Amino acid sequence: MTVKLLLNVNGKEVEADIDPRTLLVQFLRENLRLTGTHVGCDTGQCGACTIHLNGQAVKSCNILALQAQGSEVLTIEGLAAANGDMHPMQVAFKECHGLQCGFCTPGMVMSATALLKENPKPSEEQIRAGLDGNMCRCTGYQNIVKAVQTCAARS
Amino acid sequence: MGANPTSAFPNGIGASSLRKEDQRFLTGAGNYTDDINFPGQSYAYFLRSPHAHAKIKSIKTQAASAAPGVVAIFTGADLAEAKVGGLPCGWLITDMSGQPMKEPPHPPLAQGKVHHVGDQVAVVIAESYLQAKDAAELIEVDYDVLASVTDVATATQPGQPAVHDMAPNNVCYVWGHGDKAAVDKAFSAAAHVTTLEIRNNRLIPNAIEPRAAVAQYSRSEDAYTLYVANQNPHVERLLMTAFVLGLPEHKVRVIAPDVGGGFGSKIFLYAEETVITWAAKRVNRTIKWTAERFESFMSDAHGRDHATKAELALDKDGHFLAMRVKTAANLGAYLSTFASSVPTILYATLLAGQYTTPAIYAEVTGVFTNTVPVDAYRGAGRPEATFVVERLVSKAAMELGIAQDEIRRRNFIKTFPYATPVGLTYDVGNYEATLAAATKIADVAGFPARREEAKRRGKLRGIGYSCYIEACGLAPSNIAGALGARAGLFEAGEIRVHPTGSVTVFTGSHSHGQGHETTFAQVVAERLGIPFENVDVVHGDTGRIPFGMGTYGSRSLAVGGSAIMKALDKIIAKGKKIAAHMLEAADSDIVFENGNFKVAGTDKQLAFGQVAFSAYVPHNYPLDKLEPGLNETAFYDPTNFTYPAGSHICEVEVDPETGVTKVVSYVASDDFGNIVNPMIVEGQVHGGLVQGIGQALLEQAVYDPESGQLLSGSYTDYAMPRADDVPNFKVDTQVTPCTHNPLGVKGCGEAGAIGSPPAVISAVIDALKDLGVRDMAMPATPYRVWQTIQNARA
Ligand code: FES
Ligand code: FES
Repeated sequence: MTVKLLLNVNGKEVEADIDPRTLLVQFLRENLRLTGTHVGCDTGQCGACTIHLNGQAVKSCNILALQAQGSEVLTIEGLAAANGDMHPMQVAFKECHGLQCGFCTPGMVMSATALLKENPKPSEEQIRAGLDGNMCRCTGYQNIVKAVQTCAARS
Repeated sequence: MGANPTSAFPNGIGASSLRKEDQRFLTGAGNYTDDINFPGQSYAYFLRSPHAHAKIKSIKTQAASAAPGVVAIFTGADLAEAKVGGLPCGWLITDMSGQPMKEPPHPPLAQGKVHHVGDQVAVVIAESYLQAKDAAELIEVDYDVLASVTDVATATQPGQPAVHDMAPNNVCYVWGHGDKAAVDKAFSAAAHVTTLEIRNNRLIPNAIEPRAAVAQYSRSEDAYTLYVANQNPHVERLLMTAFVLGLPEHKVRVIAPDVGGGFGSKIFLYAEETVITWAAKRVNRTIKWTAERFESFMSDAHGRDHATKAELALDKDGHFLAMRVKTAANLGAYLSTFASSVPTILYATLLAGQYTTPAIYAEVTGVFTNTVPVDAYRGAGRPEATFVVERLVSKAAMELGIAQDEIRRRNFIKTFPYATPVGLTYDVGNYEATLAAATKIADVAGFPARREEAKRRGKLRGIGYSCYIEACGLAPSNIAGALGARAGLFEAGEIRVHPTGSVTVFTGSHSHGQGHETTFAQVVAERLGIPFENVDVVHGDTGRIPFGMGTYGSRSLAVGGSAIMKALDKIIAKGKKIAAHMLEAADSDIVFENGNFKVAGTDKQLAFGQVAFSAYVPHNYPLDKLEPGLNETAFYDPTNFTYPAGSHICEVEVDPETGVTKVVSYVASDDFGNIVNPMIVEGQVHGGLVQGIGQALLEQAVYDPESGQLLSGSYTDYAMPRADDVPNFKVDTQVTPCTHNPLGVKGCGEAGAIGSPPAVISAVIDALKDLGVRDMAMPATPYRVWQTIQNARA
């Protein structure tokens, strides 16, 4: 059995017939080949799969693709400007060395941009608490926090 | 950050150049193994043992084979019939009695018996992953469950279940190192002896990218290609072809593309990629396998898990006289790739630390248990050694009433080279420099006031020290070979200069977060005097790179970077000959400076690019004496280990009501020798520190003693450090260049994880010392700390 799914991903209308059990992250990675959204766990805890659903940061491994019916999805691939210029958060991550292996990075950047939307001038403590749902095994978090602070200071 | 103002090259050695790899990682264009797909690929799912220890009476696959989408199912019997070998161990340890260690067979799919929860029993290959997983549920395995043993401290006692019949009392080896008689003599004359019982907690590496592999077989070429999340593709290929599958190496290409963190856990040859490579030919399909996180927990090699009794003998002034260490090291159910060497060669040789302790003896028992194999995890043996040494030193200082920094200073090695009593020769170091720097940055003088202030807030504040050393830059092949290594430990590099003067570097090192594409490009750009943008670094592909031993043991720059330097020397030497011809000068008159070949003492010169062009368009070229082209390969085998060292000072605050410990200040002053990219080095230190703090305060792999089940098998049960668990760190570097490699570098990848656990634990103990607390096990969880406080008050 398949079901029709209609949604907007990174500014483009997408239509597909899918198995209703398909997770949103699977749909993005396997159907659309948007492999920038990563899977790091099976318990909704690592945050590597974080995307924006109607502007909110959401763990895309935790919802069905069908739950995004008619929604707007933004993934890491859609964050940069149309001309390819990186989003200020991406720039800050690069300049602050907020990434090493890069695996947690797309989810981290998506969470961080959502965090600043909610709270444009967060304290260090608020940043650390706000990124609690995203694990990074490489960076020790310090430069990720610095990147968010840098981005916040610039906007 | 950014350009180095003191270098002639804006992105040369010493510049915090921004990373070349970041653009792709930040825009979702990274290419990790699970991102790789081929038309018509099939998917593998591994059925794993639910039992810690059981006999397999029968496996019935008929129903599963008939399930929708199933392509094939294989069990251990199929592999045995096809003469697929066992997974090998790369390091032979010889027992005290001169006997080789016990090496039980490690079949990629279980044969007759399973030995730990998660052991692979069968593989299902199907059109989709879900079909493979669903079909696996239909496989009927009839188990005869046996008693199991998981605890390293008790597994060798009489009457415990035997993991392998060939290893009585679950002993793999009993290995001794050092002069026992000298140690015993020193102890009998000592004014003071400090004693510790230590459990170095078992850890699960948890790279955020789960292990994954895609295997292909080409009938037209009769050759295989394996994409795998791995830290050393050439080693993976060597072990898999020569030891397990019996294939010629030139028929197997192993590609480790972008890899999402390793920390040691992706060094090893695992069953899953071996089985799907073999099966790819059998089913003539591309096969993809990606671990789910629950599988990572029960199949990635774990780390640490030692039970140790350690003693330090001192004279009345606090000078160290001797150290005696007895360790039981959990090896898990099978010997993983480097498992045998981690608690021996990489552990006991480090027990001198930064000190002149004249006599040291260690006895290590390698122990089999019904747990996931234990192997190298960030630091590998050296964190365990550092914990023993630094906890002993801290406790001795407390017992003798000597200040923590003073007892260390009294015992520091001050003249180099220094031959330790445990087999290493430190080429260079300056331990006073890092201790002085850390003391200053940490404002140790202000600590008593901070402690008082914390007390007024109801918090107990403590300070802890750790002066660690590590042996990195693995390793001189002849020394390693004499110690039992079954492989060489050199590195290879190739410099391919293109006709227009841009350069591709091929390195046998592998980057899974370390930033080699940037650091190595800086080295090449500076040495050749060409723009950083014109240098690309390729790694992780046996089809493109001459050879390689990969990345672990903080070896990439010290060994892989040295191979690149050697290849660059050859490029420059050849360039000089070409330039001499073009400039009509003698070879010996040509100097190479700032990217130009010059006739010494004149203004006649050619840019590097002109010489490169001439090598490929050899119209005006000494063809009678010199081959065209500009492409050089070098292999570098180090003459010694490198010895990064440093001083860490940690302050914690303990809430006595809840037992919650917070790291409130952490200073690391490290000596990594010369530094190519300070930004990257700092990042490596940060990451290592958080893994070490994770070990000290949060992380613990737990097995149920009765059933042998892994209780900490998910992120809900295993506490990973998160952003709000750790502070900002103050990181400093002091420089004494390594004396025996061309860059003078020592390595920085593991220092944080090695240095931090004893600093944190000693700080916790210091916080509680007025209650009479003198020891604290890892991890110092709120419950454990609270309980310790209650016991102390009772
Ligand atoms: S993949 Fe880990 S939270 Fe979604
Ligand atoms: S950069 Fe590797 S997990 Fe965050």
